[in-house]
Amino acid sequence: MSAITSFFKQPLIVALILIVALLYLGQSLSPGFASADQILRLLIVASLLGIVAAGQNVVILGGREGIDLSVGGVVSLSAIIAGNVMNGADGGILPAVLACLTAGAFFGLLNGLGVTLLRIPPLVMTLGMLGVLQGLLVVIRQGIPSGRAAPGLSAFVTQPFAFGIPGIIWLWIAIGLFMALMLNRTVFGHRIYAIGSNEHAAYMAGVPVRLMRIGLFMISGMFAAIAGLCLLGYSGSSFANVGEQYMLSSIIAVVFGGTSLAGGKGGYTGTMAGALLLVILQGILTTVNIDESGRQMVFGATLLLLMLFYGRGRAMRA
Amino acid sequence: MTSTATDTRSSGAAGLRSWLERYPFLPALVILIALLALNGLFSPNSLSFRSLTGLLSTYMALVMLAIAQTYVVSAGDIDLSAGATLSLVNVAIVVLMERWGGGAGAVLLALALGVLIGLACGLINGIVVAALRLQAIVATFATSIFFTGLALYVMPVAGTPAPALFWRTYGGRLFGLPFVFYVLAALAVLLYLLSRTRIVTELLAVGDDQQAAYQTGVPVVAVRIKGYLLCGLFSALSAFCLTGDTASGDPLVGGKMTLYSVAAVVLGGSALAGGWTTVVGSLLGALTIGLVNSLVFFMGTPSEWQNFVQGLAILLVLMAGVLAGRRARA
Repeated sequence: MSAITSFFKQPLIVALILIVALLYLGQSLSPGFASADQILRLLIVASLLGIVAAGQNVVILGGREGIDLSVGGVVSLSAIIAGNVMNGADGGILPAVLACLTAGAFFGLLNGLGVTLLRIPPLVMTLGMLGVLQGLLVVIRQGIPSGRAAPGLSAFVTQPFAFGIPGIIWLWIAIGLFMALMLNRTVFGHRIYAIGSNEHAAYMAGVPVRLMRIGLFMISGMFAAIAGLCLLGYSGSSFANVGEQYMLSSIIAVVFGGTSLAGGKGGYTGTMAGALLLVILQGILTTVNIDESGRQMVFGATLLLLMLFYGRGRAMRA
Repeated sequence: MTSTATDTRSSGAAGLRSWLERYPFLPALVILIALLALNGLFSPNSLSFRSLTGLLSTYMALVMLAIAQTYVVSAGDIDLSAGATLSLVNVAIVVLMERWGGGAGAVLLALALGVLIGLACGLINGIVVAALRLQAIVATFATSIFFTGLALYVMPVAGTPAPALFWRTYGGRLFGLPFVFYVLAALAVLLYLLSRTRIVTELLAVGDDQQAAYQTGVPVVAVRIKGYLLCGLFSALSAFCLTGDTASGDPLVGGKMTLYSVAAVVLGGSALAGGWTTVVGSLLGALTIGLVNSLVFFMGTPSEWQNFVQGLAILLVLMAGVLAGRRARA
């Protein structure tokens, strides 16, 4: 009995059950919601969020109040860089990927240096960096046109790639496998959990804590950059602050995936389910016919309700 | 021990530390004065009584919101819905004042209801975070979406004007002094009275070590809810100042201010982890953000670079605030 209850209390299982329930709800509210085409479209949107959440996930796992509020800014920046580097030509895809990854890694590095060397709390450091990134976006936008996605990139994101499934979903699956291997099978992954659950013990055991933490922020920046690139492919051209929505939704996806904001506990498989859950919920709300205010109220209330299913803090005991 | 030089230096450092301990907002004050001086250097006019009054009435809303945020941060929590609460109160009072005719009685009644709405938002946050034990960052983000939905329901599009009586009073003068100074004075009295009560000490105790506070008999859940109630109250006051300044209702006006309020708290030298906060610092921190923005303008920064320079300057003063705050606590 307790084995069964504990099985159903696993965040991944909770998320999967909720996903099925929401799909069923969506299908009954508007027939065709759970059709294969629609599910593929939801998966594309979820993969964009999921890729950002991958970086957010490792930063949060690394503990010490780890959080990256600058991901939204990096997504927007990366979309505009990619649009300008490729400017509608397939030949520009590879340089664009390199340029975006470099930019993401650079801002991640700055975040990491601020958090480790100056010991600025991650929330403050990445919040400040978000302001800098938003300012930078204004500067870039004034000087140059917003640029266009290469047809190859758009096809990769929106058109079937293999077995009728778009390339970005394959990319997301690959990232999922990569994250699972990295977190569970590599020294680096184990060290993330180590510094997340007890930084001091990890330091005493010889883990290069500062270097690790800088690395985590760089990973977060690079995942956000990849997402920005794919977002450009999804929408065709970049527009102001496309990435803003990812700042807090990536954190919610991680939380819905069962990763504790305190660090050291959780994984990416749950986060993938969390991202999907969030996107399906938003999908249902856009299909039902209520005005914006009602939609926001229902969305907020549902998020709160869903959070009750996940790890609540412990009650105080004497 | 060996040389007098080290002794004097260490006693000097200790003296500074005790000063910082007693007045934790000192670094923020220094930054603020430096910014004022820079503002005066680039545009002497910006130090005139008139422009300083203007600055104060524009940033009073952020000052209030930063103070609101300080009380939850004291207990180690955070409120990402403070800006949405502000928006909700803003649209609610504007709609109510308009519906009730815009007279003095209508304004006062609407303000009273505004306070109640702010408190209700705070109560919801407190229950969700402290009683239901959801994580503060994500839970208050969810409530912020809910409050924004409510604000959009009350006023779907921005632009309903506030009655002239209200914004003329806020922007005008009373007995020869700008009204905003009376707001500041009332705020000072309110903060002083609050600092004399147990609630601030209890909030700080919970923020410093929740378990220890619980074991010494502090009703942790109730205290954290009270923190959110104070946050809701000051968010409502912030909405009053904002409405007085913008003279209209906007259901999305507060969204961007939430993160600034967190930044102002950190700038003021408070620890985001809780247990060590200063409302005066938050007040100065909010004004610092205002001065950074005006300085970037007066320096003649090209318009497209203004946001970037502002962002960079705020990041730098944030770092300074954290480093100075830590020195004070160490």
